[in-house]
Amino acid sequence: MNAVGNPTAPVYGIAAEFSCARDLYHAAEKIRDAGFEKWDVFSPFPIHGMDEAMGLKKSILGKFVFLGGLTGFLTAVTLEFGTSSFLYPLIVAGKPTNLYTVPAFFPVMFELTILLSAFTAVFGMLILNGLPRLNHQLFNWDRFKKVTEDKFFVAIEAQDPKFSSRSVRDFLESLGGQNITTIHGD
Amino acid sequence: MSNASATAEPAGPLTAEDKQIVRPPLVLNKRTMGWISDYISSIVEGKTPTWWYVSMGITVPLTLVCLALLAYLISTGVGVWGNNHPVGWAWDITNFVFWIGIGHAGTLISAILFLTRQKWRTSINRAAEAMTLFAVVCAGIYPALHVGRVWMAWFLAPVPNANAIWQNFRSPLLWDVFAVSTYFTVSVLFWYTGLIPDLATLRDRCTTKIRKFVYGVLALGWRGGNRQWRHYEMAYLLLAGLSTPLVLSVHSVVSFDFATSVVPGWHTTIFPPYFVAGAIFGGFAMVLTIMIPACAIYKPLHDLVTINHVDKMCKIILLTGSIVGYAYLMELFIAWYGANPYERAAFWYRAFGPYWWAYWSMMFCNVIAPQFFWFKFFRTHLVWVWIIVQFPNAGMWFERFVIIATTLARDFAPSAWGMFHPTWVDICTFVGTFGLFGTLFLLFIRFLPMICMFEVKAVLPEADPHHGEAHH
Repeated sequence: MNAVGNPTAPVYGIAAEFSCARDLYHAAEKIRDAGFEKWDVFSPFPIHGMDEAMGLKKSILGKFVFLGGLTGFLTAVTLEFGTSSFLYPLIVAGKPTNLYTVPAFFPVMFELTILLSAFTAVFGMLILNGLPRLNHQLFNWDRFKKVTEDKFFVAIEAQDPKFSSRSVRDFLESLGGQNITTIHGD
Repeated sequence: MSNASATAEPAGPLTAEDKQIVRPPLVLNKRTMGWISDYISSIVEGKTPTWWYVSMGITVPLTLVCLALLAYLISTGVGVWGNNHPVGWAWDITNFVFWIGIGHAGTLISAILFLTRQKWRTSINRAAEAMTLFAVVCAGIYPALHVGRVWMAWFLAPVPNANAIWQNFRSPLLWDVFAVSTYFTVSVLFWYTGLIPDLATLRDRCTTKIRKFVYGVLALGWRGGNRQWRHYEMAYLLLAGLSTPLVLSVHSVVSFDFATSVVPGWHTTIFPPYFVAGAIFGGFAMVLTIMIPACAIYKPLHDLVTINHVDKMCKIILLTGSIVGYAYLMELFIAWYGANPYERAAFWYRAFGPYWWAYWSMMFCNVIAPQFFWFKFFRTHLVWVWIIVQFPNAGMWFERFVIIATTLARDFAPSAWGMFHPTWVDICTFVGTFGLFGTLFLLFIRFLPMICMFEVKAVLPEADPHHGEAHH
């Protein structure tokens, strides 16, 4: 079996290449059914239905974004009422400084809600994905560069409780994986 | 999913029922995933073409003119512009609203068409979003600089000023600060998020060390694992969901700058929807203005940005142009029906006053010219499309000029009347912003993938995990 990376470094996992989205999808279904936990499929674009094929639940990001938006909203409420009603009440254009002035406060509440939600969506996504990072064991494999072009990959990590190099290699071979390779760290 | 499988090639001979559900392919000539990466990346990776240097030779000097005149404005004072009493807002705010409106098409394509599952958007969204950002950059110059003493612009930030007075959060001008800065920030985030997988493609294709470093850092270590795509797609969906009300709110808030005043001709409730429709109208015209030449230079892009795309964008221009036309007529009707003599006079002066030429230019460019798009011939012949969309481009500028300058020039009392004449600084600064816009766009074409590669790959028939399997 091929191996890449520093052979004395610990094994990250075993990876296999697939040539189309359909084969990858069916391979994912079988890996899921075999009970692996620490594995992933890699593709140039998101594949519809792959979450179910891998047995993954819906992303939790939406909940974080809700909290981010709530923070933005409360920031605006505090900023607007805090300054206009408490710190320095000032009647401008005949608008009151109490609760009745709230319609004029809506735009800023709305904008800050959106702003903090968007920040949470982007940075929350990066944190959940373990990004940014400058390197990864998979990048030791030259063929893996095609993952952003038109090739599809599966990697089963050595951390998986069911991992053993021989059985994983045979299993990936039985799924139709090509160029099965052991990935070492640096 | 059902849409994607409908475009897949069926296993057996087509039945009459099958034929009905097969959609025309979004990418022509059966281009493969490899071709998409190769071609789009080659635009970035290849030798810099001569036309690029020639174009930059025009836009960079214009940008420098813009920057020099802004320095002149800051060092001398806002009086170098033609703004006066009563026309205190003139070309500055006209140009601000003009540029910010252009940005709206990009967000509409990236967010609203995403939520409504319009898959044809994938080949135009990247360039349109870039256009949004650059248009907002050009727009931002004007409100920041028209305050006169720009070093006091921090008064707009939510911190107390030297006298411990806070901002007036009930002022539409402050809403505008929040709306435009939020719009710009969210647009940058949305654009960059969409770029990450494509930057990874460029990183993986790099041959030189410098490119590898730059694109490697920018790609943030993206690997394309499904555990990443899962959060990524959710983030993209959420950003689209957030941007949709945002884009509608930005031009609504811009219109509040006028609508919440008591000036006749401004104080109307129709302004928010009318401004938003106009912004989308003008924005799509600008998208076509840029994309048609870009595809003429890079001819194979016609397989991605097809005539079908142009046709659909022309239909959107026709729709929004007609909404704008309706709004113009409704404004006139309400001015008459409302029986307010000042309101009636304001509209009378717009059409028959000293700025009649601006009003009728606006009417012709925005209401009459797009009607050609009722005919398929004009929607599918690129030269005609390009010529016709120049009318909305110009017309939307006239619209803002009509709303701002002609309204202020004819206030309540004739003693307060006056005319606005642009100075050479006004004119050259505005021309210079086109240089800035063009320069940024040329840099974008040269250094970043102008078509969203991963999204286009995802709409290919073979991207469907059930491609080639029998229909159920």
